Amino acid sequence: MSPPQATGARAALAIGGLLVFLLALPFAADLLDVPATTSLVTRMLIYAIAAASLNLVLGFGGMISFGHAAFYGIGGYAVGILFQHARLSEPLFGMMLGTEQFLIAMPVAIVLGGLAALVIGALALRTTGVQFIMITLAFAQMLYFLFVSLKYYGGDDGLVVRRRNVLFGLDMRDAKTFYFVVLALAAAYFAFIWRIAGSRFGMVLGAIRQNDRRVAAIGIGVYRYKLAAFVLAGMGAGLAGGLWANYARFVSPDMMHWTKSGELMVMVILGGAGTLFGPLFGAAGLITLETVLSAWTERWQFFLGPILILIILFFRGGLSGLVALFSGRNR
Amino acid sequence: MKAPLLRIDGLVKRFGGLTATDCLSLDVAEGEVHALIGPNGAGKTTVINQLTGELHPDGGRILLDGTDIVGLPVHARVRMGLARTFQIVQLMGSYTALEHVALAVQANAGHSFRFIGDARADERLTGPAREILSRFGLATRADRPVAALSHGERKQLELAVALAMKPRLLLLDEPMAGLGAAESAQMVELLQSLKGQFALLLVEHDMDAVFSLADRISVLVGGRAIASGSVAEIQADPAVRIAYLGEGDA
Ligand SMILES: Nc1ncnc2c1ncn2[C@@H]1O[C@H](COP(=O)(O)OP(=O)(O)OP(=O)(O)O)[C@@H](O)[C@H]1O
Ligand SMILES: [Mg+2]
Repeated sequence: MSPPQATGARAALAIGGLLVFLLALPFAADLLDVPATTSLVTRMLIYAIAAASLNLVLGFGGMISFGHAAFYGIGGYAVGILFQHARLSEPLFGMMLGTEQFLIAMPVAIVLGGLAALVIGALALRTTGVQFIMITLAFAQMLYFLFVSLKYYGGDDGLVVRRRNVLFGLDMRDAKTFYFVVLALAAAYFAFIWRIAGSRFGMVLGAIRQNDRRVAAIGIGVYRYKLAAFVLAGMGAGLAGGLWANYARFVSPDMMHWTKSGELMVMVILGGAGTLFGPLFGAAGLITLETVLSAWTERWQFFLGPILILIILFFRGGLSGLVALFSGRNR
Repeated sequence: MKAPLLRIDGLVKRFGGLTATDCLSLDVAEGEVHALIGPNGAGKTTVINQLTGELHPDGGRILLDGTDIVGLPVHARVRMGLARTFQIVQLMGSYTALEHVALAVQANAGHSFRFIGDARADERLTGPAREILSRFGLATRADRPVAALSHGERKQLELAVALAMKPRLLLLDEPMAGLGAAESAQMVELLQSLKGQFALLLVEHDMDAVFSLADRISVLVGGRAIASGSVAEIQADPAVRIAYLGEGDA
């Protein structure tokens, strides 16, 4: 085992390297004449935020939420609906107007994601185990069917967001510009998770995952800390959903479907639950696998399953475990 | 006379057809060591779990400082000064000994809705935690994950965590169980040195430990207190000798 200082320095170096790589990526993509890579990595970063938010409850808190896509979808619809009302100049709820402003629409997406998590979490967190999994799933599916039935917002077909939100004078249509906006937010969100993980709150959360009986016995009310983590996670998913609406310029109930929740869970577990960068590796890994396999065969999902199982079985800690293995850090 | 710190009054707990706590009444005075002894399955742990709030009684009252706490959740009772250790240690496998005690210090310092500062580098938490660990001779073990500690060290850590909470009443469920002779003696000595700082309800099978620590002993058999009194009284009680003490050497 190397002394903590050395590990800390090495971790800082690795993070710095990752950041430089991500900053240089769009330019390298242009140079190598694969400009589509920028858009692909944008997608990975958005999913990385969503997976990181799920990791907060699933990995750090040990709450197996199977309905996380609900908050992701709500973030997406927040941007989509605000945009539609701005475009048609129709008042929303009889008073508020829509908006195309990134700096308004995104905070709304984050807050609504958090509010939905507050309501769903307040009820679901009264249960544990399989019951908790089923209740979170049920709530998410309820929201899915609610949005399917909202014909005014496109119902099943979803809602087209004709233009990306406006942010200062930036040309958001430009893939590179939008990439850097997403990268900045992703970096900020991962920094936020990093601080949380080591904070007093994070210590409580990690203790709850391992032994909630012990946590209660030292006088900490477990429920409210779980709920706070759930809300923070809902806000992160709202952020990711709002970014997705901007990226794809389209939202649909599929964003909330249980398969999307499952996909986020796979990313977290594939990357290494409860690790800081696991969700990033997991999102990048899953999207890469999907892209490579679907270019190679039509029945790519048939091959995806076994590959995922192998990685999860053989590398404890998922892709984070694999990265640690290669960098010679054996813990 | 002063009201006792803890008063259990007509406590009843049934598991299906089994009455695990059978109309039990007992009290613990401020600063007193009250030992609760009895054969396996007598219902000792069940009493403790009702006191902490992990189990809800089917009848009776539990008064802490005159207030009925039966309706309160576990953490609220802890905040009133009720701390416990577990018969089977309950710890967080990946946390170090220091992190356990620091978390107790943190819980005692108020809410934990602090999302930014680095808790592991917070002197206000680690300072007192290290001090408590060294009192237990665990200073050199502070930075080990509990998974790497011996059974005896984990038992000691449970007690260290409880003490970090500055309890008024401490419930110890078999603190010596599974300890070697030397470790047991060390534990008794430690408890001896802390005597008077808080009230203690001690569940223990090690009779030497009980006799040297207790001010008062209650004997539980089948969920019912069959005797209660000083060490000498209990040692002399014929019913106790038959039901419990006599088991091995009659
Ligand atoms: N959750 C439960 N459900 C059903 N029965 C239980 C439960 N907990 C305890 N019991 C039963 O209640 C009785 C008392 O158990 P308890 O654990 O309180 O005994 P104890 O005095 O602590 O014993 P020991 O000395 O072995 O620790 C036992 O017969 C036990 O099987
Ligand atoms: Mg017991």
